[in-house]
Amino acid sequence: MDPSELLHFLIDTTRSAARGGRAFYSVMAVLGAIMAAAGFAYSQQMLHGLSVTGMSDHVSWGLYISNFTFLVGVAAAAVMLVLPTYVMHDVDLRNAVLIGEGVAVGALVMCLCFVTVDMGGPQRFWHLMPGIGRPNWPVSLLMWDVIVLNGYLALNTLIPFYLLFSKYMNRKPHPAYKFFAILSVFWAVSIHLTTAFLYASQPARPFWHTALLGPRFLASAFCAGTALIMLVLWFIKTNTAYVIKDETFRKLALIVTVAAQINLIMLASELFVEFYHPTQHTGSAFYLWFGLHGHAPLVPWIWPAIGANVIVTVLMSVNTYRKNIARVLPLCVVLFVAVWVEKGMGMIVPGFTPSPLGEVVEYHPTWVEVTVTLGVWALGISIIIVLVRVAISIELGMLTHKNREGFSHQPFYTPRAQAARPTMHQPRPQAESLGKQHVPHASPDQQPAYEPRNGPQGPKKKI
Amino acid sequence: MSDDPNTSSEPSAQELVDDEDLATWLVAGAEKAQATRRNFLTTMAGAAGAAAIASTGCDTRLWEKYTQKHYKELNAADKQKLIARVEAEAADRYGVEIKVGDPRPLPGVGYAYALNLSYCIGCRRCEYACARENNTSRDPEIHYIRVLAIEKGTMSVEESESDYEGAVPSPDKYYMPVQCHQCDHPPCVRACPVEATWKEKDGIVVVDYDWCIGCRYCEAACPYWARRFNFGAPTIRPSEINPVQGLLSNRLRPMGVIEKCTFCLHRTRVGRYPACLEVCPTGSRKFGNLLDPNSEVRQIIQSKRIFVFKEELGTIPRFYYYFD
Repeated sequence: MDPSELLHFLIDTTRSAARGGRAFYSVMAVLGAIMAAAGFAYSQQMLHGLSVTGMSDHVSWGLYISNFTFLVGVAAAAVMLVLPTYVMHDVDLRNAVLIGEGVAVGALVMCLCFVTVDMGGPQRFWHLMPGIGRPNWPVSLLMWDVIVLNGYLALNTLIPFYLLFSKYMNRKPHPAYKFFAILSVFWAVSIHLTTAFLYASQPARPFWHTALLGPRFLASAFCAGTALIMLVLWFIKTNTAYVIKDETFRKLALIVTVAAQINLIMLASELFVEFYHPTQHTGSAFYLWFGLHGHAPLVPWIWPAIGANVIVTVLMSVNTYRKNIARVLPLCVVLFVAVWVEKGMGMIVPGFTPSPLGEVVEYHPTWVEVTVTLGVWALGISIIIVLVRVAISIELGMLTHKNREGFSHQPFYTPRAQAARPTMHQPRPQAESLGKQHVPHASPDQQPAYEPRNGPQGPKKKI
Repeated sequence: MSDDPNTSSEPSAQELVDDEDLATWLVAGAEKAQATRRNFLTTMAGAAGAAAIASTGCDTRLWEKYTQKHYKELNAADKQKLIARVEAEAADRYGVEIKVGDPRPLPGVGYAYALNLSYCIGCRRCEYACARENNTSRDPEIHYIRVLAIEKGTMSVEESESDYEGAVPSPDKYYMPVQCHQCDHPPCVRACPVEATWKEKDGIVVVDYDWCIGCRYCEAACPYWARRFNFGAPTIRPSEINPVQGLLSNRLRPMGVIEKCTFCLHRTRVGRYPACLEVCPTGSRKFGNLLDPNSEVRQIIQSKRIFVFKEELGTIPRFYYYFD
């Protein structure tokens, strides 16, 4: 790998990522504004400590760690694309893999941000590092989580980076990358099991101390995370020239459905054990579902969430309904939100309530927490947008090293230069005729099939 | 909270307001804020700032603070430096002179605590004596001891209340103070991702306030709800600061770290009793060396009817409840 090639790659991808239509800039501006607001909110937290949040010694984790837990699942869901493609050689999901990995990277960055903003001493993060810090490994589950999350982030950054770089250079990727792809499959399962064990390992909190927590985390991750990936793919399909076959959506919808069904079965088992013969340890479940000692802040959230969960799962279990993508996508939105409620605040807060001494203290997030949370989501979404845009322009063959001569000498952003360059906002080619030629990672001799053309393009569709 | 001797010794509102050095405290706070701004500007000054940092004591402290090593990695000289910094910070922030020591575990000593549930009257004197001894934040209020009033006829803490008011003891209640059980299998120590909390040779679980990253996983792990987090900067009036402090126990804490009961190790390791025991008017609290067959606490644990709170969790506490 020539360093200058790598430099060219980085320059070209950065430029490509920064270039877009009015809609793109508007979206990024809105996300940027949200992040700026979050920056202000976080400065308040830095100044006054976590006392500006709604957390207390009773409910010592709140909105931040709820989102963290949920997003670890979203990140793990990329495995539902990686596994069929790299291990089972399923061609239908191949075009979606890079997108799934992009979503995973965004989700992981959000996870790490949520953990950081939850820390009382973020400036002491170096205490976690081997060599200069004192990582309590292998005893502390939190240390395990730090390791597996960063490892998964590295895998999900480096594999797509290498594949896209190969494509950019018009080279065949070294087959060794498949080893890392398979490693990432196991790693994905491990990040979510480790996160579940973080909670399940605590006998002090009976609500979490169940062997079912890990499997249930995986099931809810594979339905909510895959649902999000479907939504992203649909957005790409309708707004860019990137070809995503209907079959891809059908297969993903099936994965979402099966995962949602398994999730519901486990939920039912949990409810049965909690309520068939209530014990003192059922206090948390009462708090979540019915309220405890007159405190019921989660009740208006959990019932609609589980209701939506059940309805979506039933609808998606009907074959004829699920096969209509247009009808499945709204269900994916509902499912995503429902799992966020159930697995975020619905999982974290009852674990703390009642406290180990039987006290019930309510937790309500403050504006600081809500703003910081929105800002972290905005950051994650903008990362996903940038990564996906770069991946698509390389996959479509619009960004290649061979083609960079004229590219790099052109002014950075002028309407003329833009018109002269092929963009990703071209009218979508006929899926039937071009679909096969767009298989990513194909051998180099198949590549020139979609040479970027110069000259003005037809009417542009913009993101 | 009446004048009845058997009630809580919480300081009255009168005491809180009419305090002569409230003004001193406020002035000290303003000066501190100014110092912080100076620090910030100096740090921002870049290369020129480096020389300034080396030349002024205050800025050196800031640098030392952010690069402070773990307690277990300190040699004698490092420890002296740390103690000097802690003492200087107290002078800066509160204008008080404190003396920080670092008593180590005594050989052949393993501490245990026994509390007589038959005699405790729920006056909460231990709770407030503990706060005074250990310099815990007054606002937000942090207490290491939680006194539960439990209905007679049950042993479930689910049926308890901790915010009871009025004269004690109430005829239909009994009282159960809960504090850190200094477990021999401490879930909190296993939870900590950075070894900022550990068990010492005499059985006391301590926290390194310079190393804690404030993740609060230990707080989630504790089945006795014995850990407290400094969500905001702890506040305490200079006149109320206990100047005799231990590096691993009652020294003034920064914002964003966990703290907990340490069996008053700065007292007990030099042969004194914990503050909660000394103040108890009923003699319900017993403390001593579990390894000494003749100690009172050993005799109690061997011969009395013992109740170990949440024994089923396998935490092996060093805190025992007993009945007469």
